[in-house]
Parts: sequence; structure tokens; C-alpha cells
Amino acid sequence: MSLNRREFLKVMGATTAAVAFPSVLIQGCKRALQKASERTNVIWIQAQSCSGCSVSLLNKLEPDIATVITEYISLNYHQTLCGGTGHAAIQVLENAVKTNRKDFILIVEGSIPTKSDEYCTIGEMDGRIIGAREWIEKLGKNAIALVAVGSCATFGGIPGAKIRATGDNPTGAVPLQKLFPDKKVINIPGCPPHPDWMVGTLLHVLLKGMPELDEYNRPLMYFGTTVHEKCSRLPDYKRGRFAKHWGEEGCLYLLGCLGMDTGCDIPTRGWVGGMNTCTGCGSGCIGCTEPPFPDYGNRGIYKHLVASNDELQTLHPEIASTVVKLKNGGVING
Amino acid sequence: MAKVLLDPITRIEGHLSIEIDVQNGRVVDAKSKGDMFRGFEMILKGRNPVDANQITQRICGVCPVSHGIASSKCLDAAFGIVPNKNGRLLRNLVFSANYLQSHILHFYHLAALDYVDITAILKYNGSDKKLLALRDWAKNELEVKKGRQDAITAVAPFLPRYEGDFYIKDLDLNIAAIAHYVQALDMRMKAHQMVALFGGRVPHLIGLVPGGVTQVPTRSAIRQYRKLLKQVEEFVNEVYINDVIAVAKAYSDYFKIGRYTNFLSYGVFEENPEQTEFFFKRGVFDGKKLQEFDSSKIREQVRFARYNSGSNLHPYQGQTNPDPYKAGAYTWLKAPRYDGMPMEVGPLARVVVNYLGGNADVKKEVDALLKVFNADIDAVFSTLGRHAARAIECKLLCQRMYEWLDDLEVGEMPRSTYEIPDKGQGEGLTEAPRGALGHWIVVEDKKIANYQCVVPTTWFCGPRGDDGKLGPVEQALLGTPIADPRNPIEAARVVRSFDPCIACAVHVVEGDKEIGTFKIC
Repeated sequence: MSLNRREFLKVMGATTAAVAFPSVLIQGCKRALQKASERTNVIWIQAQSCSGCSVSLLNKLEPDIATVITEYISLNYHQTLCGGTGHAAIQVLENAVKTNRKDFILIVEGSIPTKSDEYCTIGEMDGRIIGAREWIEKLGKNAIALVAVGSCATFGGIPGAKIRATGDNPTGAVPLQKLFPDKKVINIPGCPPHPDWMVGTLLHVLLKGMPELDEYNRPLMYFGTTVHEKCSRLPDYKRGRFAKHWGEEGCLYLLGCLGMDTGCDIPTRGWVGGMNTCTGCGSGCIGCTEPPFPDYGNRGIYKHLVASNDELQTLHPEIASTVVKLKNGGVING
Repeated sequence: MAKVLLDPITRIEGHLSIEIDVQNGRVVDAKSKGDMFRGFEMILKGRNPVDANQITQRICGVCPVSHGIASSKCLDAAFGIVPNKNGRLLRNLVFSANYLQSHILHFYHLAALDYVDITAILKYNGSDKKLLALRDWAKNELEVKKGRQDAITAVAPFLPRYEGDFYIKDLDLNIAAIAHYVQALDMRMKAHQMVALFGGRVPHLIGLVPGGVTQVPTRSAIRQYRKLLKQVEEFVNEVYINDVIAVAKAYSDYFKIGRYTNFLSYGVFEENPEQTEFFFKRGVFDGKKLQEFDSSKIREQVRFARYNSGSNLHPYQGQTNPDPYKAGAYTWLKAPRYDGMPMEVGPLARVVVNYLGGNADVKKEVDALLKVFNADIDAVFSTLGRHAARAIECKLLCQRMYEWLDDLEVGEMPRSTYEIPDKGQGEGLTEAPRGALGHWIVVEDKKIANYQCVVPTTWFCGPRGDDGKLGPVEQALLGTPIADPRNPIEAARVVRSFDPCIACAVHVVEGDKEIGTFKIC
């Protein structure tokens, strides 16, 4: 497999990659991918997941998912895709643990329950049912790199959310980093993460090593700008045109859009080959790539800013006056 | 007697294992085990009711649209609204597009490897570039990794697999199936593009709200949707249906394996403003006759499930506390019952209910397929019947989707408006691609006081009931011939034909409070 520069940039799936990747890298890319024997092994474990990250991965375009798993990586284990069932499947993990393999990247999708291993088990080894936590700890200590995909594995996500009444969590669900406090976990959040983010980051690790990460260990090339900065509705915001209902024209800020505080490039990247975007379709950003998702303290996902006078005090005067006008005349009811 | 554990059941959503007892080459006992628990309903309490729409979609990444629709419908009911015309049509359009995605994914990428010999690609000598590349890749993998520590994962993730004399032998059929596996990856993505056009993104739609969706239907989006629909429809009619027939011809014994005869469908795809008529109708078949559906007859039993709270309760009274170490319990799935009976739900249930209920389109398609096999309706209550039902649903849906698209009011409001009431309650019943799905909500002080979901996989993968009677998958496995207990692929075929989704099935946890009383439609 060889890639020219243009193809490589497509793989990375980013206009910003043009800046991030000089041509010398493309040469390295060619050499690395020419030899099947050098394709890096990837073990993908699903813990407390909904498989949404994996389904999102299937929506990879240019290259498509078939190319990714035959030309870029060797996907040793992935529960949703693998041909084997039962022992025929789990022997891959068993073999990796027992022979102390160190030649693979470990990708984890889903949070990891710590209150009891019984909350998520995957197959058996030597007649004993094995918890997802145990597999991940055993495989993770030897892995070349640890990658967490999706909001659950990166920050806890919905399985890691709090019970409102007690502040507790039902299963003690934690992100991958909690299991490996001394190792650097690359976090690719998103609920779901865009397939370009997953494949692009992986390729960067393979070819050039660790990508530049932000304070939450997210690759800057994908999470370095906010939704708001690139939003198609930014001109509306600047002119003070605010939507009063979902789907209307205008900035969605007053309906509770979290785009201002969310690092994510969806407004320019779009979902499933650029078909649509979260703010473009009129719904607002729900902040799924940020650590507080979905709790946001006690705010939750949807909150209409006109609902509270306290919030009115904290708003920019211009926005606040719009809100007052709306409160007096119009309705913001979602 | 040999105890055989199939753990994990791969190529499904989530963590499922099956334990079977094999005697004289046949399954004599089976236990279906859900191996994962998250606690969604505990997390939902006390939040903004509208958050439920986003949170419950995360129950499952394969069928988020189904949960989004069920949640929207129960919020509609609790808020006292119905979607406007565009809202109803757009919900149908995102939902049906995900049906196409889900059924295509299930047949080609989840189920097919139980029948198709993937190693046939090594013998390919045609001229298709993609297949040649696949062949060279597989050959190279086997050569390069031979004898190496990672030899066990050569041609991953397709190998290793259950080995034995049970895959298709015809080279051309195998090669065609492998080519279609690759083509289907593209088709399922096109279906997802259709979902994203009106749903904002997928998986986990951003654009579903009470009253409809947020995306105003534009002329260009409609054109794009239609173009994609045409491509997927061609694939369904010219490739998918024929591949199901080809597999059925090669494995006609599976018309008698994996049998089940109790069926339940809630009905799906609203066809009138009042939301009371459905494209696939609702009904119950108890193996003898078709009955009217009555949601007050639903119960959930927990004798063999890992919960230490009351059993045989209606979802309204759901009171469930997790107990990982409960004696005698073997699964995180509860055992739902309808009028005391276990029920299969899913495409086969919908097709049977509609066939017997006089749905002319369904009858025509089913009869045409039965004619190919010179079989009567009894043959559909089987492993192959489930695969055929999915293909039939795709064909019929494609036809109807053009009409929904034509009925859209371009540029008009895609939803009704709502205000969150101080108090309210609602029931949202729909059909996920894999079967009957219900959400129930109680709103107090504009917050979620209680939320309950009863999902398809709980219906069919659930354990024994309080009376000890087996769940549908457990029952369907009985009598399945197992040629080699070390490679029990026959059992895996039966289980996969149901299209289990375990993340959906084990999210259920309730507080100790009644969920309230509901009006039953």
C-alpha cells in the first residue's frame, strides 16, 4: 500500500492536517504501509459500551473501513466484527495475555465498572469468567499505546453519570485512564466519536508517534477549536439573531447550545461524509466531547437559558437584552 | 452430556453468552446470559425530561434511532402533544432509513460469516480489483504471520472462527457473498447518510425532539435522500433478497431449526395524525390465533435475573435492584411476559402478525418467497424465516419511503412545539429493527420522576420465567443439532438470527418507587 500526499491527508481527514503533516511524513507512511508484516496489531475491547463508537467507525469514508482493516492495521480482536464466536474468538485475547504479547495497540470503547467485575464480563479463561476490567488491565500493561474511544472510555460518559439523588454512580464506571494512572491514554471523545478522529489519530500514532494533545489528552488537530468558532450560525450570533425554537434560523445559544465551550470540529467536518452537522440541523451542540458530559454539574444536556434569572445576570449585556425581549414577548420553549 | 459455553457471542451488539447442554448431538437445555449492566434508569431520574431523548439513545449504538423514537413518543404523550405532519413523516424517514441500515448490517456483517466460507477468497481468480486486493491481503497475512507469535490473528478479524465442515462449498456463491459483504458496508453507510440528512447525525441522532425533529426539510436534502434511497433499494431488491434465498437453499434444514411460535408486535411507522395506525400493524400471535394487543398484560419476572426486588410487575411498577451475586440467577436480563407467555419480537413477529392480520403487501411477499421453496407458512417460524422477514421488510419499506418523502411540506416547520408540564406521564411504544420497544415516563416538578424501558432483546434473550419456562431464544435452541460440541456453530446461527442487542437489554434498574399509573391505549 502506498499513499500519495493527497490521499494521506484524506486519511487523516482534516484540512488542518495539511499544516500538521509535512511531506517527509508521507514518505514514512509509504514505507510503513508497504509491508503487511509491519501492520500494527490492534485489539479493540468493548466494556460498558453501546457499540456506537464501532458503528460510527463503520461510517468511515476515504478510506472506507474495509481498506482500514486490510491495509492500515491488523484488527486482531473486535467483538462486533470478528468471525469467531466463543472460544474461537476469545483465544486471541487469551493468547495475547498468556504469551505476554507487547506488539499491539489497545483500544477501549465503553467505561469500565469497578464496583463489581460482574457488571461486564467477556468470555472465560481457564474455566473462569473474566471481567472487562481484568482483560483491560492485563492487556493494557503491555500495549504499545492505550487509546480510549468515545465519551464513556475517555471521561465516563453516560454509564459514568451521577445518580441525581445520591451523587453516586450505579456501577462505579470509570474511564480507561483511571486504570492506568501512570500511562498516557490518548482520549478520542465524542458520543459518538467521528470516524475520522479515530482512524486519523491511530494513523498518527503509527507513523509519527503521539499527536499533540490538549489538557484532556485529546488530539489538538480535532478538538482544538470550539464548535462555536466554526459554526454555520456564527454570523447569526454576531448579529444578535437568536432562535426561539429548535430548528429555527438563528444562533441556538439561548436554547442551551453548548458549542461555545465544546472543542470539536463537526461544523466543518460533518457526519457520515458531511451530510449534516449538530448545530446545522437546528438542534444545538450537547457538548459530548467534553469531560462533564452528560451531567454538566446539575445543568444536564438541555437547558433553556431564559428559564433562570440567575443566568441572565451572567450573560453578555447584548444577549441579556435579547433574552429580556424574548421573555416579554416571545417564548423559548424548545 | 456436554456442557458447552459460547462466550462471547460475537457479531451482535454487546455482551451475551449462551450455555447449552448437548446430548446425543442435540441441544437439550439452554441458558441465555446477558453479561453487562450500566444502570440507565437510575441515572435518568431527576433530570430534565427532554434529556431522556439523548440519554436513552446511548442505551444502544446500533439502534439509537429506535430509542430516540420511543423516548420522543413517551415525551409527546407526557407533554400532551402529537407531532405535526412534517414531524411524523420525518421521524418515519429517519427511522426507516435506520431499519435498512440495521437489517443490511445484520445479514451481511453479523450473520453471514456463520454460512459463508471467508477463506474462499484465497481461490479467487476473477478480475474484480477489490476482490483481488482482498485475496492478496489474505494470502500475504497467512504467509507473513506463519509461525509467528501473532499467527493466531492472521486474516483478522475474520479468522479465527469455528472450524469444521459447515460453511458453503460452492466457490462462486462464496465469492459473490464476500463481494456483497464489502458492497453492503457501503450500502449500510448510505442508509446512515439518509438518517443524518434529517436526523442531524448518526449514531445517536441529535435532531429528535418532542413533537418531531429539528431539521427543516429542504428541497436539496429531499433530493439527496431520494438518490440514496434509490441506490439502497436496488441493492435490497437485486442483491440482498437473492442472497437470503441462496443461503436458504444451501441450508434448508434451518427452516426447521430455531423454531418459535409466540409473536408480539407493537406496530411501527405512524400513518395517521392521531398516531394510531401503523405501516407494520400491532398484534399478538400465541401460536394459534391472532389477538388484539393490550399493554396492560406486560409483566417482567426476575426469579432467574440478578435483581433482588419484586417479580411479575408491570413496567409501571418496575422496582428493580441489582444483585450481582443472587443465588440461582444467571443473567442481567429480566424475563418479560405477555399474558404470562414468553414472546418472540422482531422482524419475524411483525411479518407474522401482518401476514395473519391481512396486510396484503406482506402476504404477497411472503407467499412469493414460500413458493420459491415450495413451503407453507409454517416454514417461516424458524432461523431462516427471521432472515427472510428482514429482507421483506426492507423491500416494502423502500417502496413506502418514497411516498413519505413526497408528502413532506418543503421548508415548513418539522415539529410541534411543547412546554414541559409540571406533571405528566406517558407511554411510548414502537418497534426497533429487532423488535418491540417501550418507554414509560413520569414527570414531576418538570423533572423525570421515573423512567422505564422494556426492550426487544429482553423479550427474546430473557431467561426462564418465574414458572421455570424457558425464554424464546432458550426454547428455540432446544433440539438444535450440534455436530461438534467444540465448534457449536449451529447454536450460534440460531442465536444470531434473532439479532440480539445486549446493551439494550441490560440497562434496566429502577428505584423502589411505583412508576405511576398510565392510561392504556
